[in-house]
Amino acid sequence: MSARNRELLALIPASLLVTVGFAAVFIQEDDLISDASLTYGGVFLGLCFVAHLIIRFTLPDADPYLFPLVALLACFGLVMIYRIDETLAREQAQWFVIGLIVFAATILLLRRDYRVLERYRYTIALLGIVLLLLPRVPGIGAQVNGAYLGIDLGPIAFQPAELAKICIIVFLASYLRDTRQMLVQGARRFAGITFPPLKHLGPLLVVWGAAMVLLVFIRDLGSSLMFFGAFLAILYVATDRASFVVIGFSMFAFGAWFFASTVGHVADRIDAWQHPFDDELYDQVGGSYQIAQSLFAQADGGVAGAGFGQALIETPGGGPILPAAQTDLIYALITNELGLAGACGVLVVYLLITERGMRIAMLAQDSFSTLLAAGLSAVFALQVFVIVGGVVKLIPLTGVTLPFISYGGSSIVANFLLVALLLLISDRARREAVGG
Amino acid sequence: MNKPIFRVYLVVVVLFALLVAWTSRWTVFEAEALRDNAKNRRELLDQQRIDRGPIRDRDGNLIARSVAGPQDTYSRRYPDDPLFPHAVGYSFVDRGQAGLERFYTDALVGDHGEITTLLDQFLARKREGDELRTTLDPGAQRAAIDALAGRKGAVVVMEPDTGKVRVLASVPGYDQNAIRDQDTFEALNGDEENAPLLNRATQALYPPGSTFKVVTAAAALDSGEFTPDSTIDGNSGKEISGVPLANSGGQDFGPITLTTALTNSVNTVWAEVAEDLGKGTMARYMERFGFGVDPPIDLPADEKAPSGEYVEGRVVPATSGAVDVGRMAIGQDKLLVTPLQMATVAATVANDGKRMKPWLMDRIVDPDGRTREDADPEQEARVMSESAARELQQMMGNVVREGTGTAAALQGIEVGGKTGTAEIDPDTDLNQPWFIGFAPLDDPQYAIAVTVERSQGGQGGDTAAPIAQRVLQELLR
Repeated sequence: MSARNRELLALIPASLLVTVGFAAVFIQEDDLISDASLTYGGVFLGLCFVAHLIIRFTLPDADPYLFPLVALLACFGLVMIYRIDETLAREQAQWFVIGLIVFAATILLLRRDYRVLERYRYTIALLGIVLLLLPRVPGIGAQVNGAYLGIDLGPIAFQPAELAKICIIVFLASYLRDTRQMLVQGARRFAGITFPPLKHLGPLLVVWGAAMVLLVFIRDLGSSLMFFGAFLAILYVATDRASFVVIGFSMFAFGAWFFASTVGHVADRIDAWQHPFDDELYDQVGGSYQIAQSLFAQADGGVAGAGFGQALIETPGGGPILPAAQTDLIYALITNELGLAGACGVLVVYLLITERGMRIAMLAQDSFSTLLAAGLSAVFALQVFVIVGGVVKLIPLTGVTLPFISYGGSSIVANFLLVALLLLISDRARREAVGG
Repeated sequence: MNKPIFRVYLVVVVLFALLVAWTSRWTVFEAEALRDNAKNRRELLDQQRIDRGPIRDRDGNLIARSVAGPQDTYSRRYPDDPLFPHAVGYSFVDRGQAGLERFYTDALVGDHGEITTLLDQFLARKREGDELRTTLDPGAQRAAIDALAGRKGAVVVMEPDTGKVRVLASVPGYDQNAIRDQDTFEALNGDEENAPLLNRATQALYPPGSTFKVVTAAAALDSGEFTPDSTIDGNSGKEISGVPLANSGGQDFGPITLTTALTNSVNTVWAEVAEDLGKGTMARYMERFGFGVDPPIDLPADEKAPSGEYVEGRVVPATSGAVDVGRMAIGQDKLLVTPLQMATVAATVANDGKRMKPWLMDRIVDPDGRTREDADPEQEARVMSESAARELQQMMGNVVREGTGTAAALQGIEVGGKTGTAEIDPDTDLNQPWFIGFAPLDDPQYAIAVTVERSQGGQGGDTAAPIAQRVLQELLR
């Protein structure tokens, strides 16, 4: 069977899920049954089919499972958001349309050779840094819970970090393709640890510095961790030197510790993380109420969950009992309603997507493609780890989104762009692998 | 570069395993502690979303119902002029629960302890509460409240053979709807003088006075030591436990039968009887009547109190060294009882010696109209033989026919009973008047206990007996 037919078949679980999911919402809130809401499912499946056709005609050899897995998550996320708020689901569906347009445009623009991106690597790097710093620009920057993650342009609110992560990965993949040999060959052993050559340490220190600046400016430990973690992953893949990772991670940990104890907001987040039930922190604005409620919601879910549509999101008075249920805490809501079992299911899908991405990286014939695919997969997996880790109190809670599930336009657009790049790499890699 | 990619992937797998581990921690291992966390209001809020079943009196009138509020929530409403506030209690999210609302909350929210199927969960079937049908009789309850006429006190009526509680009146009452308001609730709670939230029928402890002589008589007859015709010296001033004991008004009766001694409530006779029987026998019969433990009525444990000899706030058995058995036998000493306990004593005599479990629930009906639970009559104890009980019934009949309880007599229906007047403060003439009894005498349908709190100069015969008469009249109408 051809790759594309396998992809088409693999879309069946997603279509089943979206059908059953919406049906469950209808049955539960029978007063909501209307033709308009029933069409959500249909329209969404139509979009998936269109995307499949685009891939079929432009990237016939691309990985057949990546897109169906993404569609599965997107369907699940849409049903989840529909269950929270119908209006949000409509907006989310519109963002999916935009995301798919970006997806198609990326594929069409770069299908001849996506490696042209290397030519613009410094432009892209600059774009990434500008995007990251945009939320601090007075007038358009928006502060949420002390962190600067979003910009507000009147009608559109945007989280530029979502796009910035792709820019930075493209830059790093391209930069490390050139310097990896030198990094390895010039390395010296000192006190039993292999250090990169001083000459090339500079750029790496710059990346470390950028992550620290990120921490200070954006004041968000999670996104810094995500960026720096992805950087270390690419660095390791490029050089195969575990010592570089150890050095890099130690530097990050030191920096994080230093700023956590000096930057007020970061310190507050860490306090809230360690003492979620402290009376003072619990009542404080931006304190531990959110993480405490996240844990209560998960406890309420148990192994099998409270049942779809059963979780408490708002108090009868209208106040949130699970704040930011559609964005930051959507994983807690999933656990609440579908239990440990459902939550694990979602994590497995993310793991499978990462696995496809890593496989693409292994299959790729040139260093840039390998590093790009590995970097994109790593940043994707780390984003999931950072937000879910925050929700389950493994690390301090931060404001990044759960890819394809959380409500939010920038997240959807950026992650579709990421998947488009992975498919482009995959198509070329598999063709070359077959062609010899 | 494939090996490092594989290792990066392994790290991702480990990180995800950590996520699963931590999710398990909250959903499984520490879930219980999180649910019990004081900051966790989910269960409370969840309950608001359940359409609690209604509570009805025995005529089918709604005495508690749920009304739909905003956002799929429900709240409780009670009649504007509630007859049964203490028995029914209340259920409000901010206030908690009391009474039957609390005792039967599982049934009222439709929680039958079954394992819900995955399909149920997935479809999120709405839980509907069952309906609680009570044994409470609105006509008789109204008569009891009217007859108390604002005086603090309590009336309890039971069906002797089934244990069904027809009247559980406690005055003053309160407006259940009003206590949703925090300030009102605190005001009612802080009103120590009137204690309107106290269920005087099941929680209040009063000295029983001479009504307790029925217990002593039961022990005397059933033990075989005495008969209704046994003759004992009824002069006033006899030494009991080394201290002279007086009859009411200091009256000397001379040698009289036990029947006469009950009819005229002669203290010295019953004190001597109890001294003859001994503490062990008295303790045995008190235990059979249900003294010493919480009454087995279907109300929450903190809304009922055990009756008996109280030493330093705790019930002690009659065999305790602190007990003056002679004075206990006539309802003095350290004896404190609830009206429900005394109604149980009357009901046991009326039911030929069998003590039945008191029931407020008649049946529980699910939303489809099927009966889930029925209040089957349950025998708690065989207190005395049928013949002893029959003899005691006749003796109590005499009390109402020609003794201290004539005010409880009904037109054309014979009543059995016993009055009591416990002195609270002889200097200011404050009494606790009592009447316990049953009717009709030859085939008892109802057993009753009436008491009035801190009555100025009131006697069992002139204050409590007329209340019993009005309630029994309403019931036997």
